[in-house]
Amino acid sequence: MSEKVLMKGNEALAESAMRAGCRFFFGYPITPQTELAAYMSKNMHKVGGVYLQAESEISAINMVYGASAAGARVMTSSSSPGISLKSEGISYMAGADLPGVIVNVQRGGPGLGSIQPSQSDYWQATRAMGHGDFHVIVYAPSTVQEMADYIYEAFDVADKYRTPVMILADGMLGQMMEPVVLPEPKTSLPEKPWACDGHKNAREHNIANSLYLTAEDLNRLNFERFERYETIKQNEQRADLYLVDDADIVLVAFGASARIAKSAVNAARAIGIKAGLIRPITLWPFPCDCIKQASLHAKAFLCVEMNMGQMVDDVRLCVAGSKPVSFFGRTGGVIPAPLEVLDCIKSLNEGGR
Amino acid sequence: MSEFHEELRIVLAGFGGQGLLFAGKVLAYTGLIDDREVSWLPSYGPEMRGGTANCNVSLSDEAIGSPLVLDPNVLIAMNQPSLEKFEPMCVPGALLLVDSSMVPVKVGRTDVEVCYVPATKLAEDAGLKGLANIVLVGKLFAMKGFCSWDTLEAAIKKCVPAKKVEMVQKNLDALMLGVSA
Repeated sequence: MSEKVLMKGNEALAESAMRAGCRFFFGYPITPQTELAAYMSKNMHKVGGVYLQAESEISAINMVYGASAAGARVMTSSSSPGISLKSEGISYMAGADLPGVIVNVQRGGPGLGSIQPSQSDYWQATRAMGHGDFHVIVYAPSTVQEMADYIYEAFDVADKYRTPVMILADGMLGQMMEPVVLPEPKTSLPEKPWACDGHKNAREHNIANSLYLTAEDLNRLNFERFERYETIKQNEQRADLYLVDDADIVLVAFGASARIAKSAVNAARAIGIKAGLIRPITLWPFPCDCIKQASLHAKAFLCVEMNMGQMVDDVRLCVAGSKPVSFFGRTGGVIPAPLEVLDCIKSLNEGGR
Repeated sequence: MSEFHEELRIVLAGFGGQGLLFAGKVLAYTGLIDDREVSWLPSYGPEMRGGTANCNVSLSDEAIGSPLVLDPNVLIAMNQPSLEKFEPMCVPGALLLVDSSMVPVKVGRTDVEVCYVPATKLAEDAGLKGLANIVLVGKLFAMKGFCSWDTLEAAIKKCVPAKKVEMVQKNLDALMLGVSA
């Protein structure tokens, strides 16, 4: 077991990725993600890996595509506007069934927005991480420890299902320091018989490609890929439940806003309101099962997000009209205050909306 | 489990370059060493370039919700704009540590505990220029006793980079200066 250390979320992501066997990092600087790339630039060479600052986000993601096609564990990281630039390449990776990890340390948007924390890329991450029919698996850590834990797992999950995986963090989680126990370095990685890695004519050559000009071929591939997505939905839904069993008012919040929601739940319990919190850890696949379960006894749901109301759509889909689902949010880098959330809980408990 | 149970929600604020982030890191490390719950959050906006800098540190025995401190019970203010910005946010009974060699005004509120320490002048007079931040940490230690001296010393040793090991003793001297101020 490693020693507990104090680290920034961005640094924990970088160190844990290397311990997961990541040996290639391609990126382009942007606030509030920069410490991740800086840490890689200082340390990746010590484990025999490659850190490369590309000339743009677009070239960085295409380098990720290339390294992944060759069978490497590879990642890139950026913040919201930079992720938009990478979206074409992520679609290509999905289309070629290439694994890889993409970190988004979100900031306020749209456009250049702000450099302060935000969760306004939820829709992008879970709905349309590029053009075409595809999903990426999305993890939403809410502590520095989870930053380390989920990026460590993300590389395995990416390889297992041959899909890009995103860590959806935000400026608060990236910049803050908390105690963290880092995972042990991985000593063995999965075989990749599909990799285009040079074989001296010992086997049929492998191809990494997302171009299919025959309609029937592409149709079949998309159906096959969506069968895999169904497996992912069954196996990979993750959520953390806090005081949900007897809750009348169930809050749903992820990442940094889940921390605020939890404080509000504690404050509500202290004044006798039965509040609870469902914290989705995977945003895709969305942890629908536990929300459906909670809708059997909850009086109302409240989504707390640092955006204008994005995850609230998914919660409404899960609840399917059986219970009211309200929303509270702040944007642009404004962090919701626990007392504001408590006021919403009180109002819902009295039958308000 | 630590013997120190008071939850501290600390805002450290001043000009960029006064070492507020470093002082916050020392406080955070005391919590790490004592196996308490800790969070450290810097302001990282464009205002950091030559302007005000602040950082939020929480030390607690309970899991920390938002690392953003909206209701500090300790404020360390090293310039006037910081005092003006954060004084209204402090909870009644909060401790306000003010570097009186940098802040020419007095605290207006009467429902908080105020301690004026001419930290910048004390540090300079003692040949410890640039360590007013640690003088104030020493004063906070003397007033709140949020950890043991051994823990505080270990935190300093953790935070001073290996390349500047000669700074460890100066930081310890600055702490002592604050304790006796």
